[in-house]
Amino acid sequence: MGEVVWTTVRLAAVTTLLLLVLATPVAWWLARRQAWWKEIIAAVLTLPIILPPTVLGFYLLIAFAPASPLMAPLHAFGIRTLAFTFEGLVIASMVYSLPFAVQPIRNAFEAMGERPMEVAATLRASPLDAFFTVALPMARRGFLAAAILVFAHTIGEFGVVLMIGGSIPGKTEVLSIRIYQLVESLRFGDAHKLAAGLVAFAFVVLLAMLLVDRGAERRRPL
Amino acid sequence: MSEGVVSEGVVSEGVWGRFAGALGGFRLEAEVSLPPRVITGLSGPSGCGKTTLIRCLAGLTRLPGRLVVDGEVWQDERRFRPAHRRPVGVVFQEASLLPHLSVRGNLDYGARRTGGASPAALGEVVDLLGLGPLMGRGTGRLSGGERQRVALGRALLSRPRLLLMDEPLSSLDAASKAEILPYLERLHRALPMPMLYVTHDSRELGRLADVVLHMQDGRIAPAPDAPGPDAALAGLSPEARDALALAALRAGLDPASPSPEPVDRDRNPGA
Repeated sequence: MGEVVWTTVRLAAVTTLLLLVLATPVAWWLARRQAWWKEIIAAVLTLPIILPPTVLGFYLLIAFAPASPLMAPLHAFGIRTLAFTFEGLVIASMVYSLPFAVQPIRNAFEAMGERPMEVAATLRASPLDAFFTVALPMARRGFLAAAILVFAHTIGEFGVVLMIGGSIPGKTEVLSIRIYQLVESLRFGDAHKLAAGLVAFAFVVLLAMLLVDRGAERRRPL
Repeated sequence: MSEGVVSEGVVSEGVWGRFAGALGGFRLEAEVSLPPRVITGLSGPSGCGKTTLIRCLAGLTRLPGRLVVDGEVWQDERRFRPAHRRPVGVVFQEASLLPHLSVRGNLDYGARRTGGASPAALGEVVDLLGLGPLMGRGTGRLSGGERQRVALGRALLSRPRLLLMDEPLSSLDAASKAEILPYLERLHRALPMPMLYVTHDSRELGRLADVVLHMQDGRIAPAPDAPGPDAALAGLSPEARDALALAALRAGLDPASPSPEPVDRDRNPGA
């Protein structure tokens, strides 16, 4: 039981960390670019919200297969497939939760407006300097929201993991899958423990989100 | 930063700039020269290009043109020095303090990036603007007037060689304006750099500006209520001035006759 929880938390933590790093430049680009076609990119990046997880999982499974052109360059490193591996699960979770990371950060960058970056420039901060000393701190609530959403969304994912995880204990077996298996084998008692734990977890996450929002609200009249 | 020395009759002190270009549907075609120690007032109706001109000078907007500051070329056909490499202080119209930093953090932000303000310089600016009691506060708890004073102090501590103020008082109520104007007047006497002060408040112009330029439809025009002929001509190039003088002579004006509106100022800008 502990092993499943650990795998799940580890997956969520690694996914959250990597995704925040990846989503930041994407969100910045979407927030600052004026081009109309940027919304096409934004729509593509938001697709994982709309797509059934099984569709996403199916395509990822094909992409992770040994014969896939995406895998070919990795063969040299002794990696034949990413399906049914923890690493594969991390990548899949990142794709699956990408919109949950990009959207709050993009909103935070947009809410900031152009002015703070211009102010920083007139105070001699280079664009990169200003990004780290002005944009990131000003958007910190967006980052917090993104982190909470991605972490929770990854804990709760089922369909994608089912398609590409293979439920290998200690590697790819996560909570949501375990609950499903427990229910299938009519072990309701054990299922209850895990399910109730997840309900409590979901409540704590929502409460945290609301408190973050309230904090932002209180700090708004600047 | 090996900008060449200026030719075409531009003095090695102060600011000379000419910008001509379109931005959306708007066209700016303006030439300014800002002497050191002088506050040049810039007035004109909303949307006439005052802010665009300020942004061009600060390097925040790039329009074709040429800009020379203290003999250094900041912009010409090939070169464009970006905003963060121009020693320019900008005070924006609305409060633009960095909200995640305290008053002290805001003052330090520019100072640290220009080699750090000496404690003496910091003390001087803090005294000049009466910022002492505000230093530890967050920016959210300041009045409008206090914010603009902090913004001004922050700009000064970044060691600017040109100070641009874009309607710094327009978002303030009458009381805050009255509170901050004396500080600006004090600054005026203390600062050596050229200053451009945008406003459409004639009272502010009267109290602060040595020279007034008027802007209309993206062009600098002689102000209708200019304090004197010097001010009306200040924005023009020498060639344009000569052309005007010639036109006046041809029109039968006697150059020896006194100016219609005697200059009533305690300071003589060009001196």
